[in-house]
Amino acid sequence: MNIVVASAVPLLGLITEPVSVAHYLVVGAILFVSGVVCMAMKRNALGVLMGIELVLNGANVNFVAFASPYLQGEGSRSLGLDGQVIALFVILLAAAEAAVALAITLNFYNNHATVDVDRADDLKG
Amino acid sequence: MSALPMIAGALIAAPLPVAAINWHSLFFLLFASVSCGFAVAVVAADNVVRMAFYLVLSLGATAGLFFLAGAEFLGAMQLMIYVGGTLVLLVFGVMLTAQAPLVAIKGSGRDRVLAGIVGVALLALLLQAAFSVKPWRAPAAGVVAEPAATPIGMSLVGVRVDEPAVGAPAANKRPGYMLPFEIVSIHLLVVLVGAAYLARAKRRKVPRAIEVAASVEPPASVAEHASIGRERHRSGSVLAGGRP
Repeated sequence: MNIVVASAVPLLGLITEPVSVAHYLVVGAILFVSGVVCMAMKRNALGVLMGIELVLNGANVNFVAFASPYLQGEGSRSLGLDGQVIALFVILLAAAEAAVALAITLNFYNNHATVDVDRADDLKG
Repeated sequence: MSALPMIAGALIAAPLPVAAINWHSLFFLLFASVSCGFAVAVVAADNVVRMAFYLVLSLGATAGLFFLAGAEFLGAMQLMIYVGGTLVLLVFGVMLTAQAPLVAIKGSGRDRVLAGIVGVALLALLLQAAFSVKPWRAPAAGVVAEPAATPIGMSLVGVRVDEPAVGAPAANKRPGYMLPFEIVSIHLLVVLVGAAYLARAKRRKVPRAIEVAASVEPPASVAEHASIGRERHRSGSVLAGGRP
């Protein structure tokens, strides 16, 4: 029991201490790495698309964290509105990218009757 | 998964008054764990329908993180555009291509091991970078965020209402986002036209059913009917040709 409590004390700090930018950066890093691994590993074209969404979302978390007025330290200046507007643009471009990529995927499915990206080797030399 | 019972046990064992709990941190922990957990679940799942569902949960929890960071307009946009728009689009894609053998395409085991190694290495690198952001670690107390919707809207038409007033030193002034806004607008228009062009239904000269019927050898009775029809047609044309 003592060992469990001792190992849980650092976790307890997560609840009692205020959140900092580093917390957000950790979340962004995990989302980014999940997205990269998803893009590299999935063979379904839609899975690759979902990986791209995760990567863009991880970048957005970082932008919002650096823009947040709650998280800036004493004397330092946050990105302020710039970070939020950039994150907004990222969301819009992600929507556009998803629309085009989905259209390409549907076209590929119509022509090849599969969404396996390993089968998309018509242009391979 | 084992973290929650451990925290609960610590709460019981250690004398932790409720007043000591930082609710902002608690909700951050909640949203962050949901977001990261379901992001990992997206990678781990093989079924593409489940992946789409996990992605919805992950991005929704990320919107919660945005709210906690004081970016309420961005959180709303995340819910509306990402969760409400992009993911519905993705789910439609999943539905349109979800043939039984395509729902769960599995990679080879070697790929998984390789991807795991690369992922852990990249994560270690990024975490080291994240924890080295020292100057940002002391949060200012008592800060109340301004509502961000109006400043964002004004900055998109080129006016910065959140910046130092007129007469401030020029180094503190930044321009608005008129030009990026226009570029993104044109970009979205082009993308929508392009997506509609790419995904449109192809018009064939010959309808597919007739084409298939023509390529298949017709049964005897059908062939007989066809020959009779052809004969009639020929005789008809002869008659027509015989007419003055």
